[in-house]
Amino acid sequence: MKPKSFAYVRPDSVEEAVDLLAQHGEDARIIAGGQSLMAMLNLRLVEPSILVDISQLKELSEIGVRDGAVEVGASVTQARLLAWPELKARAPFIALALPWVGHFQTRNRGTVCGSIAHADPSSELPLSLRLLGGEVVLRSKKGSRKVKAEAFQQGLLTTARRPDELITAVRFPVGVGAEGAGFREVARRHGDFAIVAVGAVKVAGSIRVAVGGVADRPGLLELPAGGSEAERRQAIEDFAWELGGYDDIHASARYRRDLVRRLAPIIISEAA
Amino acid sequence: MRRIERDEIVSVSFELNGKRAAGTAQPRTLLSDFLRQTLGATGTHVGCEHGVCGCCTVMIDGVACRSCLTLAVQVEGRRVETVESLAGDEDRLNALQRAFNKHHALQCGFCTPGILMSFTDYLGRNPKPSEDEVREVLGGHICRCTGYAGLVAAVLDAAREMRGETEPEGEPHAA
Repeated sequence: MKPKSFAYVRPDSVEEAVDLLAQHGEDARIIAGGQSLMAMLNLRLVEPSILVDISQLKELSEIGVRDGAVEVGASVTQARLLAWPELKARAPFIALALPWVGHFQTRNRGTVCGSIAHADPSSELPLSLRLLGGEVVLRSKKGSRKVKAEAFQQGLLTTARRPDELITAVRFPVGVGAEGAGFREVARRHGDFAIVAVGAVKVAGSIRVAVGGVADRPGLLELPAGGSEAERRQAIEDFAWELGGYDDIHASARYRRDLVRRLAPIIISEAA
Repeated sequence: MRRIERDEIVSVSFELNGKRAAGTAQPRTLLSDFLRQTLGATGTHVGCEHGVCGCCTVMIDGVACRSCLTLAVQVEGRRVETVESLAGDEDRLNALQRAFNKHHALQCGFCTPGILMSFTDYLGRNPKPSEDEVREVLGGHICRCTGYAGLVAAVLDAAREMRGETEPEGEPHAA
């Protein structure tokens, strides 16, 4: 299908972009890589009256380390972050998870911030942000604020971003995952939406596990590093039930919970 | 700031396969439709229109991406390459196309333009891919004819030839 008509604006600065958002609010949509949004426009799942294109804004195109976090600007593509020479050293978990995001062809245009803004429950980057305890940097005409990952994603395709706010960057804490990390997902085809995705990192005496594709947002489990096998199994069992799951054309809720029970121990042992 | 109103028709120009191309588009016009319907460049095919099937893949500024997930107005002033750019002036197939021919990497040919453009980008970055790497990139395409085995063999063979490791086996089959 084809998108419904909309106006298209390419601002020359972040200031102009947030002015447009202040003016148009919920009628506006921000487009960066467009790898989620364009599909939704084509399917007419969203029908904005104005599209604000930030993909060519130089001030949002940086990857750098700032205040203890790898900060990724809103126009940085997934392919560019994957090719960043410092990625493995600074954000080893992202280096593991990023090759699972979409396909080669969609990573070339899809942005890191865009995937987090889209907030698909099975996406790898929102899971990564939650697992690493990252944050999202938002800007509006009124000023800037940072929102922690656990407060940012509020449900299926729903976030704490206000209609007049632009995500300018996301921040992944430096070095989380350096002690140990693991990631795996089950999908019909590599690059498709995960049915279930599981990531884990070892952090100062505990193992943190995040699961995508089961609940309406990534879920988090914290395990003591030294616990017994039986305790760990029970914690994963409780976690799977707590996540719940949903039935769709690809898998039943029961199957999703079972994937959590099977994948989590493998990924935990990779991270431990 | 560039602003185009809803339903406004504007002129869009960019470099297409080394030549300047121009036409008119609305903000909502997809690059895939612009190429085919406005410019008549029908080598690029359109399948699912939501980024899954891969047959509309083109290169924008040298990078493979989906033309159905790109607006025509977004490529203004940029460089677009499509499957029409691959064969030489006398319609001689390039190494990748010859390998597709040799290994029966296509049957109906609908998905082929996109797959050729993906690997034109990918082999430029990774001249010596493993079979797994080729399959990963192929994961971004759907082919209902070949079962993919011929495609994998063709890409690996083309990569070998492009590295100069084997002599091309004479002229390709007559077109």
